[in-house]
Amino acid sequence: MAAKDIYYVPEGSKWPIFGSFALFVLFIGGALLFNGNANANVVLYIGIALVAYMFVGWFNDVIGESRSGKYNGQVDVSFRMGMGWFIFSEVMFFAAFFGALYYARMYSIPWLGGLGSGTATHEFLWSAFEAAWPLSVTPDPTNYDQPSDVVPAFGVPAINTLILLTSGVTVTFAHWALKNNKRTSLNLWLAATVILGFVFVFFQAEEYIHAYNDLNLKLSSGIYGSTFYMLTGFHGFHVTMGAIMLLVILLRTIKGHFSKKDHFAFEAVAWYWHFVDVVWLGLFIFVYWI
Amino acid sequence: MSTVAHEHDHHHAPTGLKRWIFSTNHKDIGTLYLIFSLMMFFIGGAMAMIIRAELFQPGLQFVDPQFYNSMVTVHALIMIFGAVMPAGVGLANWMIPLMIGAPDMALPRMNNMSFWILPFGFALLISTLFMNGGGPAGGWTMYPPLVLQLGDAFPFLIFTVHILGVSSIMGAINIIATVFNMRAPGMTLMKMPLFVWTWVITAFLLIASLPVLAGAVTMLLTDKYFGTSFFNAAGGGDPVLFQHIFWFFGHPEVYILALPAFGIVSTIIPTFARKPLFGYASMVYATASIAILSFFVWAHHMFTVGMPIKGELFFMYATMLIAVPTGVKVFNWMATMWRGAMTFEAPMLFSIAFVILFTIGGFSGLMLGITPVDFQYHDTYFVVAHFHYVLLTGAVFSLMAAAYYWLPKWTGYMYDEKLAKIHFWLSTIAANVLFFPQHFLGLAGMPRRIPDYNIVFADFNMISSIGGFAYGISQLLFVYIVIKCALGGKKAKAQAWEGAKGLEWTVPSPAPFHTFETPPKLTKSMLEN
Amino acid sequence: MTSIYKKILQVLFLATLPLTVLADWGLNMREGVTPISQKVYDMHMVSLWVVTIIGIVVFGIMFWSIFHHRKSRGVKPAKFSHSTTVEIIWTAIPLLIIIGLAIPATKLLIEMDDTSDTALTVKAVGYQWKWKYEYLEDDLTIYSNLDEKSVELSQRVDSVNPMEHPDYLLDVDEPLVLPTNTKIRILTTANDVIHAWWVPDLGWKRDAIPGFINDNWTMINEPGTYRGQCAEICGKGHGYMPIVVKAVSMDEYKTWVAEKKQEQVAAAEASSKEMSMEELMTKGEAVYKANCLACHQANGEGVQGVFPAIAGSQLATKPENLQAHITQIIYGKNLMPAFGEQLNDGDIASVVTYTRNAFGNDTGDVVQAADVAAERK
Repeated sequence: MAAKDIYYVPEGSKWPIFGSFALFVLFIGGALLFNGNANANVVLYIGIALVAYMFVGWFNDVIGESRSGKYNGQVDVSFRMGMGWFIFSEVMFFAAFFGALYYARMYSIPWLGGLGSGTATHEFLWSAFEAAWPLSVTPDPTNYDQPSDVVPAFGVPAINTLILLTSGVTVTFAHWALKNNKRTSLNLWLAATVILGFVFVFFQAEEYIHAYNDLNLKLSSGIYGSTFYMLTGFHGFHVTMGAIMLLVILLRTIKGHFSKKDHFAFEAVAWYWHFVDVVWLGLFIFVYWI
Repeated sequence: MSTVAHEHDHHHAPTGLKRWIFSTNHKDIGTLYLIFSLMMFFIGGAMAMIIRAELFQPGLQFVDPQFYNSMVTVHALIMIFGAVMPAGVGLANWMIPLMIGAPDMALPRMNNMSFWILPFGFALLISTLFMNGGGPAGGWTMYPPLVLQLGDAFPFLIFTVHILGVSSIMGAINIIATVFNMRAPGMTLMKMPLFVWTWVITAFLLIASLPVLAGAVTMLLTDKYFGTSFFNAAGGGDPVLFQHIFWFFGHPEVYILALPAFGIVSTIIPTFARKPLFGYASMVYATASIAILSFFVWAHHMFTVGMPIKGELFFMYATMLIAVPTGVKVFNWMATMWRGAMTFEAPMLFSIAFVILFTIGGFSGLMLGITPVDFQYHDTYFVVAHFHYVLLTGAVFSLMAAAYYWLPKWTGYMYDEKLAKIHFWLSTIAANVLFFPQHFLGLAGMPRRIPDYNIVFADFNMISSIGGFAYGISQLLFVYIVIKCALGGKKAKAQAWEGAKGLEWTVPSPAPFHTFETPPKLTKSMLEN
Repeated sequence: MTSIYKKILQVLFLATLPLTVLADWGLNMREGVTPISQKVYDMHMVSLWVVTIIGIVVFGIMFWSIFHHRKSRGVKPAKFSHSTTVEIIWTAIPLLIIIGLAIPATKLLIEMDDTSDTALTVKAVGYQWKWKYEYLEDDLTIYSNLDEKSVELSQRVDSVNPMEHPDYLLDVDEPLVLPTNTKIRILTTANDVIHAWWVPDLGWKRDAIPGFINDNWTMINEPGTYRGQCAEICGKGHGYMPIVVKAVSMDEYKTWVAEKKQEQVAAAEASSKEMSMEELMTKGEAVYKANCLACHQANGEGVQGVFPAIAGSQLATKPENLQAHITQIIYGKNLMPAFGEQLNDGDIASVVTYTRNAFGNDTGDVVQAADVAAERK
C-alpha cells in the first residue's frame, strides 16, 4: 500500500509538550512582570525564546514531512480547515474589541451624556459631561490624558489602507506566479508584499509616536484612546506576525520550496494576510473614519 | 518511503513515559484528558466540600470570607474548564474517530498540545491560591471593578484564561477538521452518530466564543495595568460592557458543557431501549438551533444591570424560545424509550436521571428567563440550584453515563455493575438532597456567594451540606469502580452492549492502539442510527 | 455542640415533620408588600404551575414507559423512529405556552419600568461594605452599616452563636426609613464595585453600578420592617451589607426626617468638641467596628496579603506618621475607601486615637477633631 493512500498520523513528537511548557514559562514571565517582580524579564525572555524555538522546531518537522511526501490530499484538507478555523477564531477575538467600540459609542457614552436611559446617570453623576465622539473630555476629566486631536482618517491611515490593499494584490500576483511556475516573478511579488507589510508597520509606529507625543492621545485618554490603541495595536501586532510569516515563506520560495500544486503553507499565509487586510478595512472605517 | 517501513511505523505502540507525553494517538490523548478531568473533578469537589462545610450552619466556622470567595470562584473555574470541558474533549478524542471510521484525529500533534496545555494552565490557576493577596475571589465571571482589586493573582488569572482558551480552540479546530475531513466513505453527515453531531456543533461554539472571552480578559488586563477605561465610567466606559462581552462567551459556554451531554444520552438511550433514536433529524436541527440561539440570549444572565426595556424584552423572548428546541430533545428521548425493550444498566440509569434532572434544571431555566420574575431569582440560591441541576445532574451525570457505557471498549473489561448501580443511587439521591433545597433557599431570599447567613436559612443549608458530603464521598466509589475495571474483570465483547449501534462496537474491546488505518467498508446496518 | 447534633437529627427526620412545620421554613417566594411584588409573585406561581404540569405529564409518560416497556417483561422493541405529526405538535405546544407566558411578563416588565410621578427620591449608593442613602428632596444622607451585634457574632471564634440573633446579618444600625403608600423612586449606584440592592418584599433587585445610575420605583402598602441583602458579589464583606427598609406612615416619616437632621447637626457640633481619652476610645471602638473591622479584623491584625495589619504597623505607631494616618482615613489609599465623606471629624479623631492605642499599639497619642479638620482640604 502506498503511503499516499492512507492518512498520515505522525509518530510521537516532543513539540506539543515543549510548546505547552514554553507558553507556561512565557505567561509566568508576563504575570511576574505585571506584579513588579525583579526577575520577571529573565523569565519572560526565556519564555519567548522557548516559544520561538518551538515554532521553528515544529514547523521544521512539518516541512520535512511535507517535502518527503508523507502527506496526501486529505492531510492537506485538514491543514486547510485548521488554518481557516484558526483565522475565524482570530476574527472573533477582534470582534470582542469591535464590540467594545460599538458599545462605547452607541451606549455608554450617550448614556453618560444623558441620552436614552442615561438621564439619571447624567443628572446625578456626570452633569458636566457632554457626549461626543471622538471623546476628548472624559466624564471625569481629572486623571485622564486629554488628547488635543485624534488621528484623521485621510492622512497616514488612508496611505496605510492603500499599502495593505496593494499588498493584498501583490500576494495574489505571487500566488498566480507560483501556480504558473514562474519562480522569479513569485519571489519578486512576495518580496514586494513583505516590504509593503513592514512599511505599513513602520507608518503605524510613526503615527503612534505622533499621536502619543504631539496629540497627547494615549491608552489612558479614556475610552477613545483605549479602543483606538487596542484595536489598531492588536492589528499592528497581527500585521507584524503576518509579515514575518510572509518572510519565512519568501525564504522558502527562494530555497525552491513549493510546487504549482503543493503549496499549502503559502496559501495559509496568504489567507492570513487577507484577514489582516480585512480587519484593517474595518478599522479604517469604524476607528478612523466614521 | 518503503511500504514495509511504513507498515512497521504504524504497528508498534510506543512505551513508557514517552508514549504519554509525546503522544499522537487519539485514544491515549483521550485517556489523558479523562484522567485529568477526573483529578480536577476531585480538586474542584474538595473546594465544594469546603464551601458546604462552611455553610453547614450559620456563623463562620472554618474559613475567612475572602478565602470562601476564592473557593467559590476557583471551584467554578476548575469544574467548568478543568473537569467538564476536558472530560467532554476526552470523550470526543476517544470516540469520534472510532465512530466515524477515522484512523485518528485530523491533527494529532496539535491534539496533544491541546491536552498538555491543561496541566500547565491549572498549575497557574491553583498557584494563585498561595499568592500574596489570595486567589481569585470575585466569582468565576470576573466582573470588574471587583476583579481588579485582586492582588498578585490577577495577571495569573488572566493568563490562565488565555492559555486554556488556546487549548480549547485548538481542540475545537481539531474536532471540526476530523469530522468534516476524516469520515469513512459512506458516513454522510446525516448518518453520523448524534454524539459526533453534538460535538461538532460544540466545537463551532468553542471557536466562536472563546476568543471573545480572551478579548474580554485582555481588556481587564489593560484596564488594570495600562490605564485603559473599557470598564470605567469615569473614562467613558462601562463596567457592564464586560458583562456583555463575558456572557457573549458565557452563554455559548453553557451549551459547550451541555451539548455533548445531549449527544451521550442520545447514544445511550437507544442502546438500552433497543430501539432507534426517535427523530434523529429533528435532534440535529434542535441542537443546531440551540447553538445558534445561544449567541442571542447572553443578557439574560444580567437582567438586573438596568438595560433599556427593549433589550430586556428581546433577551427574554429569545431565552424563552430556547425552551422549544430543548423540549423537542426531551420529547424525543421520551419517545425513544416508548415501546422499547428497556434494561437498566448503569449508563441507562444515569441517562434517565439526566433526562429528568436536566429537565428540572430546564424548568427553573424557563422561570429564570421571565425577566420581571428574574429580578427576584437573580443571584440567589435559586440560580445556584438551577445551574447545578443543569451542570451536575446534567453534564456530569451524562459523563458518568458515558464512562460506564464505554469503559468496556476502553479497558476490555466489564465494570462491576452492582457497584455502579450503588454509585448511581447514591449520586442521584445525594445530588437531589444537595441541590433541591437550594431552590427553597433562593426563593426565601438567600443570595449566592455569601459565607454566612441568617438562621432562617439554617435548616435547608444543613440538609444541602449533608447531601453535598454524601455526593462527594460517593464519587470515591466511582474511582474504585473505574480502577477495578481497568485492572480486570469479565472480558468485554467487541459489542459490549446488546442493543449498541455504531462503528466503535465493530472493533475489538479493548480498542487496539490503531484502528481504521484504512477506511472501513460500511454496510447499511452499520450506518443505522 | 450538642445542639448541632440535635439540629442534624431534626433535619435528618425532616420527612416525619408535619407539613405545617415545613411551611414555616420558607419554601416559596415571598408575596411581598407592594403591588409589584404581588404581581411578581403571581407570575412566579403561574410559571411554576406551568412547569410542574409539564413535568408531571412528561415524567409521567416516561415512568409509565419505564415500568411497562422493559425487557424483563418480555416486550419486543418497536421499530418506529419518527413521526412528523407528533414532532410538529410538540414543537407547537411549547411555543404556544411560552407565548402565553411572555405576554403577561411583558406587561409586568413595562409596569416595573415606569418611574414617572414619584413623590420621593432616594439614592442608594453601595460601598464596600455598607449602603449610603441620600434622600434627595429632604436633603438628608445616612449610612447604613451592619448592626453591632451581627458584627460580633460573625467573627470566626467559637464563643459566639449566631442562632441567638434572629436578625443576624439582616440588621443595620440605620435602616432606610420610607413612607408607606407613596410612589418612591430609588436610584441605585455604587462607589467602588458593583453591588445589588435587594429587598425581597419589594419584589425586585437592581445592580448598583459605579458610574451609572439605575432607576427604580416602589410603593409599600404595609408599614413594617423589610430585610434584604446585597445580591452581587462585592468582595470580602459581600455577606455583611444588609438592607433594611422601615416603612412608616408619611407623618412618621416626616418626623423622622426632622429628627434625623437635628441629630446630625448635634452630632456634628459635638464632634468638633474636645473629648477626653476615654470618650475618644469608646467612640473610636464603635466607629472601628462599623467601618474598619471588616478588613482589619477585630484584633487589628488584618488579613495577610490583602488587608494590612494596624497592630504594630508603622502608620499607626510612629509619631511622624500621625498626619499620614489621619489623611489616609480621610482620602483613602489603594483598596481603602475615602472615609472623609462619611465620617465627621470627631469620628475620625476617635478612630485614629483608638487604633493608635488599641491592639497593643499603646502610643498614648490623643487626636482631637481639630487635628482632623486641619487635614481636610
